[in-house]
Amino acid sequence: MLISCPYCGPRDLSEFSYQGDASRMRPDAASTDIKAWHDYVYNRPNPAGPHREYWQHTAGCRAHLIVTRDTLTHEIHEVTFARAALRAVGGRP
Amino acid sequence: MAEYSALALIRNAFSGNRDWKPAWRKPDPKPAYDVIIIGGGHGLATAYYLAKEHGITNVAVLEKGWLGSGNIGRNTTIVRSNYLLPESIRFYDFSVKMWENLSHELNYNVMFSQRGILNLAHSPAQADDYIRRGNAMLHGGGDAEWLTPAEIARKVPGVDVSGSARFPVVGGLLQPRAGTARHDAVAWGYARAADRRGVDIIENCEVVGFLREGDRIIGVSTTRGEIRAGKVGVAVAGSTSRLLKLAGIEQFPIESHVLQAFVSESIKPYVDCVVTFGGGHLYMSQSDKGGLVFGGDLDGYNSYAQRGNLPLVEEVMSEFVAMFPAVARLRLLRSWGGVMDMSMDGSPIIAKGPLPGMYLNCGWCYGGFKATPASGFSFAWTIAKDEPHPINAPYTLSRFERGIIIDEKGQGPTPKLH
Repeated sequence: MLISCPYCGPRDLSEFSYQGDASRMRPDAASTDIKAWHDYVYNRPNPAGPHREYWQHTAGCRAHLIVTRDTLTHEIHEVTFARAALRAVGGRP
Repeated sequence: MAEYSALALIRNAFSGNRDWKPAWRKPDPKPAYDVIIIGGGHGLATAYYLAKEHGITNVAVLEKGWLGSGNIGRNTTIVRSNYLLPESIRFYDFSVKMWENLSHELNYNVMFSQRGILNLAHSPAQADDYIRRGNAMLHGGGDAEWLTPAEIARKVPGVDVSGSARFPVVGGLLQPRAGTARHDAVAWGYARAADRRGVDIIENCEVVGFLREGDRIIGVSTTRGEIRAGKVGVAVAGSTSRLLKLAGIEQFPIESHVLQAFVSESIKPYVDCVVTFGGGHLYMSQSDKGGLVFGGDLDGYNSYAQRGNLPLVEEVMSEFVAMFPAVARLRLLRSWGGVMDMSMDGSPIIAKGPLPGMYLNCGWCYGGFKATPASGFSFAWTIAKDEPHPINAPYTLSRFERGIIIDEKGQGPTPKLH
C-alpha cells in the first residue's frame, strides 16, 4: 500500500502510523452526556467500503493526514491534511 | 454404533468405499425454521449444541461461501486458556475442557493435541507479569508452570536463549493443557454432527437483509430467498458491522482488521509445543505435516480485504528469526489474511439483542478458534433459554455503556491494541 503524502509524494505504508476512524468527533470536554462519550470512545461505523481515517507520516514529514481508503480493496481515493479538514468542519481532533 | 470407526473402515473397504454417506447434506432452505444461525463457523457448533443440549433441531446454518472458507479455516489453530481476568479464565478453561473430549463427542478426529503453549518472557518485568498471570490461572482452576531458560532450552532447542540474543529469554510461562487442533476438521466435525441431528447446513447462502415486524427480527432475506425464523443468531465475526447495518444498526463497538498468517515449507520435527515471542508479538507451532505455522500482529488499519500488506510480513519474519535463528533460511510456503472482529476491550460479545428476535455472537478479535466449543455451547444456551449461561453472562453488549468492560489485555479501548 502506497500513501500519497501531500508534502512527500507516494511513500510506503511502513512510514505511516494509523490513528483510526476520522469520522468521530470528540464531545465538548464539559459535556456530561454519557451516550455521546460512549459513542465517541467505543462505537464505530466500521464501513465495508470508503473509510475516512487518520494517518500520520511518522517516518517522514510527521504531518497528520486524513486518508479516504476503501476497506474492501485498500484503494486510496483521497489524502488531505487533517488540520485543514478539521478546521473546515470546526472540529477538535 | 459410531458412524466412523475401525470396523466401519474395514466394512467400507470390502464394499469398495461406495457406501460412505456425505458428511453433511446440501438441502435447499425451507421457508421457515425455529432458529437460523448466520455464519458457518461458531454457528455450526451453536447448531450442534442447540440440537444436542436443547432438543431444537429445526435449525438452519447459513454460510455465505463454502463451509470452512471463513475464519474457521484461516486461523493458526491454537487452543489455550492462559488469561489473567477471571471472566476470561472461566470461559476459555471451560472451552479447553470441551476440546479435551471433542473428537469423542463428535465421532470425528479433530486432531486436538495438548502439546502446551510456552510464552517467552524477555525482561524481569515481563516475567513478573507472566508469573502473575500464571498464578491467576492456577487460582482459576487451570494449569500453569514457570520454566527457567535452561528448561526452555531443553524443551524447545531452537529458541535462542543466549545472553547475546536481541531479546534475551529470562523465562517462560507454560500452559501444558493448551495445544492445537485441525481447524478444518473442527468445522467438518461439527457440521456432520449437527447435520445428523437434523440441522440444515445451507452453503453459498448470503444474508442480504432482515425481515422485520416492527422492531422484531422475524427472518432473513438471502441470495437463496426469504427464510423466516422465530430466532436469528448472528455469528459472523469479521463481518458483524456489515450484517448489523442491514438491520439498521449503524454504529457498533467493533472494528474489522486484517490479520495475516503464514506457513513455511515442511521440515522434520522441530518444535513440539506452541511458542510465543514476548519481545514483539508472534506465535508459532509445527503442524503434523511439518510446516511451521505462525502469525503476528494485525496489519493495524481497518480492512475487510482478506489479505494484508508487506511491512507486517517483514516484521513477523524478523521477530521469528530473532526467536528461532535457525529458521532464517527456511522458505515460506503460503501466507493469507483473515478479517478479525476487533471488539473495543478484546473480549467477545455473546448476548441476546440488540433487536428483539436477534442474538449476537461476535467480537472474537483474534481468539475465536479456541473458543469454538464454549462459544457454541453458551450461544446455544442463550438462544434456547433467552438468558446467558454463567460462562457468557459477563460478555454483554451493554458492558461498554455501563463501564464494566473485560479488558482482555489491560490496554484500553483501542481495538488495534488487542
